[in-house]
Amino acid sequence: MTTTRPTVKRRRLWFLEFYRSAVGKKWVMAVTGIILIGYLLAHMVGNLKMYLGPESINAYGESLRDLGGHLVPRTHLLWIMRIGLVAATALHLHAAITLTFLNWRSRPARYDERHYAAANYASRTMIYGGVIVAAFVVFHLMDLTWGSGGAEFARGLPYENIVHSFERLPVALFYIVANLLLGVHLYHGAWSMFQSIGLNHPRFNQWRRWFAYGIAAVITIGNVSFPIAVQAGIVHLG
Amino acid sequence: MDLTLRVWRQSGPGDKGRFEEYPAKGIDEHMSFLEMLDIVNERLTLEGIEPIAFDHDCREGICGTCGVMVDGRPHGPWEGTATCQLHMRAYSDGDTITIEPWRAKGFPAIKDLVVDRRAFDRIIESGGFISVAAGSAPDANNTPIPQEAAEFAMDAAACIGCGACVAACPNGAAQLFVAAKYSHLSLLPQGQPERWTRAESMVDTMELYFGSCSNHGECEAACPKNISLDFIALLNRDYLRSKWRNRRLAGQKG
Repeated sequence: MTTTRPTVKRRRLWFLEFYRSAVGKKWVMAVTGIILIGYLLAHMVGNLKMYLGPESINAYGESLRDLGGHLVPRTHLLWIMRIGLVAATALHLHAAITLTFLNWRSRPARYDERHYAAANYASRTMIYGGVIVAAFVVFHLMDLTWGSGGAEFARGLPYENIVHSFERLPVALFYIVANLLLGVHLYHGAWSMFQSIGLNHPRFNQWRRWFAYGIAAVITIGNVSFPIAVQAGIVHLG
Repeated sequence: MDLTLRVWRQSGPGDKGRFEEYPAKGIDEHMSFLEMLDIVNERLTLEGIEPIAFDHDCREGICGTCGVMVDGRPHGPWEGTATCQLHMRAYSDGDTITIEPWRAKGFPAIKDLVVDRRAFDRIIESGGFISVAAGSAPDANNTPIPQEAAEFAMDAAACIGCGACVAACPNGAAQLFVAAKYSHLSLLPQGQPERWTRAESMVDTMELYFGSCSNHGECEAACPKNISLDFIALLNRDYLRSKWRNRRLAGQKG
């Protein structure tokens, strides 16, 4: 058996060494999680514009390309944000997968009988929900960004594309199920991230629970409402 | 009362292990759980069966030696107690009790209910101490410590190192143990000089044996000393700071 003592020598970049540890990976998961939650919230709120009609959401989509106004060339700021988002997603996934394998290795034998006292459905299905949501995101990008999801698609007309896509019942159901799973994932994630980065105080811990409920509920209700609205004919063409 | 025990039997580290059932007849409700095991073992010995091996020492909940999974709960059904403090009045006539050892990669099996918890010692050796000039005892109150800091450190120092947190964790992580052992020193003035090497080396050593924390909270629920998850947050915070600060210390010597 060995112990590790920090040795006094020149080191590699400290943050690479930090990421090598499991605690460091949890930090990265929390920070990228915050970025992804921020994106999800903005994405959901932006899409609410579909309730204001095609002009509203189509203009919103166009204005995303104009982010930064005349300060930067058109679409450049959007691309910087997209690259940041992809990087955050990649780091989140890499840390999640390596930690999951570490954790499986660390508990090789199962108990014959086990009653959990604190772990809940959300905390125990993070990796499964996360992988399903990641697969869903790939489909979602094909469906509504690249236009290769099988529905009628026209670049620059998100309202029409959304209606064409969500009119297909199996697709609408897939969106609903994936977003419910995302909500469960967010519930544990939004609570857990404070713990991972050490933002924790007995006075605020109850507040953290409410924050997690709130984030999960707001994003899920908003997102799930879109396919339902199309299926119910509230959001429709013409 | 008459009970049935379903006990994990494993002759040694290489053995696959299996459950065996033993009757435990005429058990008094005032007995402790370990006394019940003693009685069953006496009878097994008389029958020529190898007694059930289990760890135990002080039997008053302060040494951290005992600890088994009882009906799927570390240290049994009572909150905030070690296995030795569990008493048979928790059970009623006819119950079947399943007893398993702690199961985690960091705690290899030795025999029956006994596991090897030396990984905890390795973690303590790597930083769970303070260096002091040994000599005559210092004057009382020579080092002023705010009451709140003393209380908070004491909450962490209540850890008896039993390993229930690892046993309870679905990831086999030892974060609560390490956080408690880290915090009770690092919250006090005496623990400051070595604070950052302590954070780094205790976590790095922990990760040689155990899984990672995913904030299930099972450890806190299982802890016989009710140690709070808040200490894990403190450890996570200080680990990042240690990587940064130790880098600067390292740079001075080139």
